[in-house]
Amino acid sequence: MRDASPAKTYALHIGVIVLLFALNFVLPDYHQGLFARIMALAVFAMGYNLLFGYVGLLSLGHAMFFSAGLYGAGLTVYHLGWGVPEAFLAGVACGALLALVIGLLALRTSGVAFMIVTMMFAQVFYLMILYFAGWTGGDQGLVIQQASRVIAIGGVSLDLTNPTVRYMGALALFSVVLLTTLALVRSRFGRVLVAIRENEERTKMLGYDTVANKLIAVVASGVICAASGAAYALLFGYVGSNFASIQYSILPLLWVLLGGAATTLGPFIGTLFMYYVTDITSGFTSAYLLIVGVALILLVLFAPKGIMGSIRERWLGWLP
Amino acid sequence: MADKNGFFDLSKTTLSRRTALKGIAAGAGLALAPGFVRYSQAQSSAPIRIGFQSHRTGIGAAYGRWYEKTSAAAVKAINDAGGISGRKVELVIEDDGTDPARGAEVVNKFAKQHKTDIVFGTLFSHVVIGSAPAAGENKIPYFVVSEGHHVASTKLNRYVFQPGITDVKSQIQSMAPWIAANAGKKVTQIFPDFAFGYDHRDYLPPALKAQGADVIAQIAIPPTESSFTKYFPQIPAETEVIYHVMVGPAVLTFVKELGEFYGSQRPQLFGFMDSLEAVDINSPGLEFLDGSHFWEGSPRYAQPDDSAAQKAYRAAVGIDDNGAAVGDPKDISTASHMFGCWETLYVVKKAMEDAGYKGPEDRAKLVEATEALKEFAEGPEHPQGPKTFNGKIHQCFGIQNISKVEGGKLKVVHKTKIEDGLYEPEGDYTTQAL
Repeated sequence: MRDASPAKTYALHIGVIVLLFALNFVLPDYHQGLFARIMALAVFAMGYNLLFGYVGLLSLGHAMFFSAGLYGAGLTVYHLGWGVPEAFLAGVACGALLALVIGLLALRTSGVAFMIVTMMFAQVFYLMILYFAGWTGGDQGLVIQQASRVIAIGGVSLDLTNPTVRYMGALALFSVVLLTTLALVRSRFGRVLVAIRENEERTKMLGYDTVANKLIAVVASGVICAASGAAYALLFGYVGSNFASIQYSILPLLWVLLGGAATTLGPFIGTLFMYYVTDITSGFTSAYLLIVGVALILLVLFAPKGIMGSIRERWLGWLP
Repeated sequence: MADKNGFFDLSKTTLSRRTALKGIAAGAGLALAPGFVRYSQAQSSAPIRIGFQSHRTGIGAAYGRWYEKTSAAAVKAINDAGGISGRKVELVIEDDGTDPARGAEVVNKFAKQHKTDIVFGTLFSHVVIGSAPAAGENKIPYFVVSEGHHVASTKLNRYVFQPGITDVKSQIQSMAPWIAANAGKKVTQIFPDFAFGYDHRDYLPPALKAQGADVIAQIAIPPTESSFTKYFPQIPAETEVIYHVMVGPAVLTFVKELGEFYGSQRPQLFGFMDSLEAVDINSPGLEFLDGSHFWEGSPRYAQPDDSAAQKAYRAAVGIDDNGAAVGDPKDISTASHMFGCWETLYVVKKAMEDAGYKGPEDRAKLVEATEALKEFAEGPEHPQGPKTFNGKIHQCFGIQNISKVEGGKLKVVHKTKIEDGLYEPEGDYTTQAL
């Protein structure tokens, strides 16, 4: 990666945010809703990318962090009647705590063992959701009623079921996480993470505590994924165990691979691309997953670094 | 499937000179015509568009295919008889992948892109529950054919209805009197350890208790299990009836291993047809079920006393006397559930005509007209049997069938009464704002 002036980099990212803001006013209704969902899930992909792209730790269990946020927010609203902001924070806190515990245990392994350990923990989490069906709604899930999805600030009330409010809510979270991850990967801490990915032994010899740095990365990644899950529950009103299944551990990996691992904008581009390929092709054939699969294979063959990774490699070397 | 009308629609990106000329001519015609007349004509003659949320892929695919067949047959019958308020009906189908997140997107797509009048047809409970918020937010009536108790629990919202199939709580409750009187008083339940199983775990014991029978053991089997022999020693020796509701591909192994465990000395067996929907009852390994009993929503096999309406329904949908597709005896239908699509579409017709429904601006009227419905008489529109409808909980109540496996077929031995399945309402949707 060639270094670019911070101004150029931040201008690009703020430009993307401004573009997404403007799209709210021009997108047809259906696509406005779809974009809100994509932005909320792109945050999940960004959290995944922090660990996979920058630290090189391939987790197959990130669905548990997403669903920790989803259930942390959803269950506090459903059972305790909490307001939206408190529930969101509860979701994020659940994700942070879970990531800390999982990080402490799983970071004793690396490589394939790390994949397996994270997958097994995620499976435990998933089965616990089914086991405590009385509270979680099990595989059927729970609906968060419209009346519970309203934020009252002073005299103003924001109804998250309103399409524009929902879009702006998703955009706000997306923007904060995008700029935070950008700042994070450009910081000294971010450089250490990349160093660990490239050569952990050498980084250790240079005097860095690689385990501590990796643990911080796992927690940061877990917090971002949980924020995405919490936002998803509150914005879309459904909490269900399928979000904790293995499928939702694989999806962020695919989104990141498609968009470009270790690129700040890649996760969003990958999520956007995959959503639209599914949405468009499902209108023509029930074999749309086959088309998604072929698209992925083509990408791996011809652009193994993903969309943004290839753009960085060929044209814009300064992309973070 | 009907055409798309949104952007990113690849099917509409080519514009030939002829199409362009046609468009200009049509535009000129529209501009010259008196606007109001043109508008009212379009309103009265344009088809009613029903968004069909179909499980074309994913775990619900076998059901989805038969739901589509049944719905297409019902739409054809309705259109042949003049449509709804004189307007033709058109199904717009989208695949939800049997996934709740995708399901919610599909509901949004129907409401905002296809601009259908209603959404219809969902079976799997988690997809219904995942999609319900989107239906409520879009204020689009959502008619499901799911048999879950979720609609009647009043935990969803005012736009969700289940008028064409009874819910599982009612079904279980209806079974209890027959089980207690005919099969035995000491019942052991074996069920999958997730929500479908929990409905049976929670609703059967009180229903049996009321009939003087008892559940003496409940054995929950984890959904990941593929072998069951190790659970069978947990079945108490005094068990008179094994009540089993295993679902999915493992059911064949389950029955085979249960047969090996008991040999010829087995207790009575009672199951729900959900276990064997779209599965041939004569599949190898299922021999052990011979002589056992099953709940059926609508009988799979033609019965000697079938009504004319039932015969006409079976012919229209294209199932033979064995419940398989006409011309393909291996393609077994999901007869216990799919009749719900047929009946729901006739309920939609009735409610739209009662409401004087003209277009999406009348959706609230449609909700109120549906809530005002009270009963559906048995006949061509309701071939499964008569039903009552509770507008407060948006749920219908009907008769159930108990069938015995005999000579490789299912023979109906008992039909329950509507009253057997009634229970106290758990809430009231009509108090929610429209």
